[in-house]
Amino acid sequence: MAVVAPKESASPRAAGARIAPARSERSRAARSVAGRQQAPWTPWAFMAPYLVLFGVFVLVPVVLGGWMSLHRWDYTLPNKPFVGLENYRQLFDPTSSSSQVFWGAMQATGIFTVASVPLLLVLPLLVALLMRRSFPGRNLMRAIYFAPYVLGVAVVAVLWRYLLDNNIGVVNQTLGALGLPGDVAWTTSVPAAWVALVGVTVWWTLGFNAVIYLAALQDIPGELYEAARVDGASPWQQFLNVTLPGLRPIFAFIVVITLIASANMFGQSYLMTQGGPGRETRTAIYQITETGLRGFRMGEASAMSYVLTAVLLLASAVVFALLREKKGAGR
Amino acid sequence: MTAVRTTEQSPTNGQRPAAPARRRARRSAGSRIGGILRGIVLVALALAYISPLVFMLVTSFKTQGDATAVPPSLIPDPFTLQAYEEILATGGGTPVLRWFGNSMLAAAAHALLVVVVSSLAAYPLARMSFRGRGAVLTMIVVTLLVPPTILIIPSFLIVSELGWLNTLWAIVIPTAAGAFGVFFMRQFFVSLPIELEDAAAIDGANRWQVFTRIILPLARPALATLAMLAFLTNWNDFLWPVYVLFSPDLQTLPAGLATLQSSNAVRYDLLMAGATLASIPVLILFVFLQRFIIEGVARSGVKG
Repeated sequence: MAVVAPKESASPRAAGARIAPARSERSRAARSVAGRQQAPWTPWAFMAPYLVLFGVFVLVPVVLGGWMSLHRWDYTLPNKPFVGLENYRQLFDPTSSSSQVFWGAMQATGIFTVASVPLLLVLPLLVALLMRRSFPGRNLMRAIYFAPYVLGVAVVAVLWRYLLDNNIGVVNQTLGALGLPGDVAWTTSVPAAWVALVGVTVWWTLGFNAVIYLAALQDIPGELYEAARVDGASPWQQFLNVTLPGLRPIFAFIVVITLIASANMFGQSYLMTQGGPGRETRTAIYQITETGLRGFRMGEASAMSYVLTAVLLLASAVVFALLREKKGAGR
Repeated sequence: MTAVRTTEQSPTNGQRPAAPARRRARRSAGSRIGGILRGIVLVALALAYISPLVFMLVTSFKTQGDATAVPPSLIPDPFTLQAYEEILATGGGTPVLRWFGNSMLAAAAHALLVVVVSSLAAYPLARMSFRGRGAVLTMIVVTLLVPPTILIIPSFLIVSELGWLNTLWAIVIPTAAGAFGVFFMRQFFVSLPIELEDAAAIDGANRWQVFTRIILPLARPALATLAMLAFLTNWNDFLWPVYVLFSPDLQTLPAGLATLQSSNAVRYDLLMAGATLASIPVLILFVFLQRFIIEGVARSGVKG
């Protein structure tokens, strides 16, 4: 990184580094491999397999999706007529049925994201703070909280669909035994279904975020806390002035991965509520796949996914702007 | 900053012994109550994680009637393997063992592909200077942030054109284009000391020899971690298999669970037996490798 060859790289001669006879032994040893010239095709040969995959399954789809969204692209029909922006126009025409269905699904995604992201940012941090000091069994606890993530969404959702069964489920039975309402329709009524979906998602991924927080907490140098304590800082002040700033670099990362994961919620809804009651918990991605891959109206579905992506990028940009503002104010 | 370095170089060593010991020595008797409270909270939370899994296991050994009995009991009465026999029966619509084999095969092939392709691509990005390096790196970081939603519909079409619909190729290959593996391996390669490569280069080794003889052996822990993360991600992938695999015989376990559920909505004995079978291999893997898996996830964030 710091040790880079002098500016001779204008001519990409293959053996440039190895020949260079005029150079003294010492300066040659000081030069790092990173700065050494190689055949111009060498790095590309290394990257070729990945770049092929990347081209075929990332770049082409992104462009192809845009192209499809400009057509009435029915997978099962030979003709895929060009319709220009018609698919988008329909999505933004409040009287069209596809617009109502799509924005209903966008609303479902919005409700789920707004409800789940704050919980998934705060609760794992609390767990990580409780676990930061070493104690017997800490690794075991960490593994237990992390385990559901390893099981995957299908097992988790099928399991909780059973535990949350309206009539015989353990959750309702337990609530009833405690004198609370024991007949909540967790999977067939709103808002109970949202509570169930958010709760199960928190249960499923809390350990994942907690593990990332925990690693970041352990990377905050202990000297900072000692210095704060010497200065008479209370635990709360230490949290505000040492812990939170120390977590800052990781926080943006956690926000983005949590936001993207929540905005792409699919399996929980597919398996626990089947998008119901009605279409209440059918998220945008669920609507897109049902439209494009079950109904085979792929043009319409592609237009939806472009709109969804635009909204998500906008949301991420807003979150980043807010975070940056907060940082500024904190100083 | 020295603390950061320590974790980078020994990813499996989570705790640093010195600092906590010093802190513990300073803790007064009053904070022992805090410690007990913390213990109670953490144990209660652990119970909230373990008990659903216990219910899953217990119910899988119940009869159909017992599985829906009110109130639910923690002891199967009678204890039976009926549910397992039923879902494992050949000729049924739910060949769970086939799904198990499909998932194993697909996840293992996917992990191998990711490890090979990502480490190859990551090496020049970490260690060579060439035109276009910045552009490739930017592209990879951008890909990490792009929501996968945008890829689903056109990817289905591409997979269909390649003749991979309803085959395991559709599960193994397209998702290997994800940028995480390259990003992860590059971070690791950058942290390796450069002197070893220099020594080999001075001895006349070419890039390929340096990569295969010096870098890859050093990168074994990172390669293993990436392989496990890729295996798990693929094993648990749900949306994509649900839509690209149609035949009952070709499902992966998660997609199969959805099939099992839609054809046996309230046969909780069967569903829990299926869920248990789907959990066992990953739980075993996790029990033995949890440190690597957890540190891999933790590190993916710290270094992001």
